[in-house]
Amino acid sequence: MGSRASTLLRDEEIEEIKKETGFSHSQITRLYSRFTSLDKGENGTLSREDFQRIPELAINPLGDRIINAFFSEGEDQVNFRGFMRTLAHFRPIEDNEKSKDQNGPEPLNSRSNKLHFAFRLYDLDKDDKISRDELLQVLRMMVGVNISDEQLGSIADRTIQEADQDGDCAISFAEFVKVLEKVDVEQKMSIRFLH
Amino acid sequence: MEELGSLAVSLGAAWLSLVFALIVLPSALGVSLGISEAYMWVLVRTLEWATIRIEKGVKKPQPQMLKIPAANGIIERDETPMEKEIAGLHRMEFQFSDIFYFCRKGFEAIVEDEVTQRFSSEELVSWNLLTRTNVNFHYVSLRLTVVWVIGVIVRYCFLLPLRFTLAAIGITSMIVGTTVVGQLPNSSLKNYLSELVHLTCSRILVRALSGTIHYHNKENKPQKGGICVANHTSPIDTIILTNDGCYAMVGQVHGGLMGIIQRATVKACPHVWFERSEIKDRHLVTKRLREHVAEKNKLPILIFPEGTCINNTSVMMFKKGSFEIGGTIYPVAIKYDPQFGDAFWNSSKYNIVSYLLRIMTSWAIVCHVWYMPPMVRKEGEDAVQFANRVRSAIARQGGLTELPWDGGLKRAKVKDSFKEEQQKNYSKMLVRNGSQGSLPAGTESD
Repeated sequence: MGSRASTLLRDEEIEEIKKETGFSHSQITRLYSRFTSLDKGENGTLSREDFQRIPELAINPLGDRIINAFFSEGEDQVNFRGFMRTLAHFRPIEDNEKSKDQNGPEPLNSRSNKLHFAFRLYDLDKDDKISRDELLQVLRMMVGVNISDEQLGSIADRTIQEADQDGDCAISFAEFVKVLEKVDVEQKMSIRFLH
Repeated sequence: MEELGSLAVSLGAAWLSLVFALIVLPSALGVSLGISEAYMWVLVRTLEWATIRIEKGVKKPQPQMLKIPAANGIIERDETPMEKEIAGLHRMEFQFSDIFYFCRKGFEAIVEDEVTQRFSSEELVSWNLLTRTNVNFHYVSLRLTVVWVIGVIVRYCFLLPLRFTLAAIGITSMIVGTTVVGQLPNSSLKNYLSELVHLTCSRILVRALSGTIHYHNKENKPQKGGICVANHTSPIDTIILTNDGCYAMVGQVHGGLMGIIQRATVKACPHVWFERSEIKDRHLVTKRLREHVAEKNKLPILIFPEGTCINNTSVMMFKKGSFEIGGTIYPVAIKYDPQFGDAFWNSSKYNIVSYLLRIMTSWAIVCHVWYMPPMVRKEGEDAVQFANRVRSAIARQGGLTELPWDGGLKRAKVKDSFKEEQQKNYSKMLVRNGSQGSLPAGTESD
């Protein structure tokens, strides 16, 4: 029972996370208990395997891309801070946040950050462009073996054509934002967290 | 020194004879002296009082400190089906926004998923005065703390030694008894003695756990030659059911203490212990079940078709094996009251001995057992459908959630076919909405 102390979150940490992510005190403590229950190695960090153990995530066609979003370049562990930072992208935008003054860093759950998160799921090589090949690979993850290369290729071509404005046959973040300007990103990229 | 020694011996002897006179003997005879009823009465009153105190404490001084979540959920899930969600966006066959749906589903699963939380202990709504469950409950009042301290003393200094003695007596006599009976040649006398040993030892062990068991609808008790299926929370399930009648059990081979008990009991009674990962073993089990159902005078077989312990809030997929054979199925629903102690055995975290120690330092094991009307396979129903029908009945009776997942996920990864199913659904939509023609032959199925 000596491990009790280490399973509790310090108040200062909660405060910092609150500031950084906008989650409430009780949301943070509940997510912390979720984090520790996923942490099978009991070392305060999550590995890719810890995520893959969630069956509903393992069957998600984009599961691997989603898991990848939690890990910084070259890292194979994520701590609670990092975990919360990534989750924060899916926090709904609350009314009082919309009217907030523009000073200070943009909140993680802003429309633009949500879009950027989605963009990075496509941008496999992290060169800030979605190439035809990258789009094809992501499409393949989503459809599995059910659609032929040929068909998928023409889907990719058409999608790129429609979005590509500067004619480089790849999608930049600006072009990505433009294509999705009519989509309700705020709602579709949010989870209803309980208070 | 000698005096001290003899004092210890006589104290020990007095303790043992008390235990024998008040608990072991009544267990063997199947009578109750009402001690556990009195204990439960005091316990229920105490916990009720504590709940009121805690609620008062919440309202009074520091409301934000003691926010006890009424529901333990973190998020509210979006249940919009994929078709509606994505098709709503579509003007063409694919859009970058299609990944939003999968993204959100993925994140929802990370924050809260139906399956993994069933493999860890259920969270309580109110504190039951046990130290290990107090993460959400802070200091409330002096009186509550005093009661908690008294509770600790009673549980560790009185109940634990008593229960430990009883468990030791119960387990030893089970092992010795069944081994001795196992030496006899097969006869009705052997069966009779074996049942006697099983029943007596279960009664002692139930008392070792301060078990209060409410059996409902005894008229539906499993009959000889039938198969009894129940939801599975812990190895204690078997003791609880055997307490009210003997079964031939079918289950996973264990090592350690469980293994010793399993190897002893199988000598006296036709239990089947097998290795679930061995296909050969599984065939043997099916064969045994078939033989068993054919004979109407054998003990009912007890099977936990989930194949693993689940935290008693849900019922997971039933393995179809026991439903293929035909014969009468006697469903039994077992629901523990988590208020008095957590019965769930998280076998990947605790071994059987530390699990039993946790149980024995809890307040009690209180549970309800519902014997349900026998069920048989309907005409035109396959084993999977039948298994699901039985499972629904058990879930409904026990107030448990039905989950379509395989309990085997506790140890193994999900089969790829589940992911393929998702991909197929998405592909169908992509093709239906666009102008790409039909799917390649062989993948179309509804």
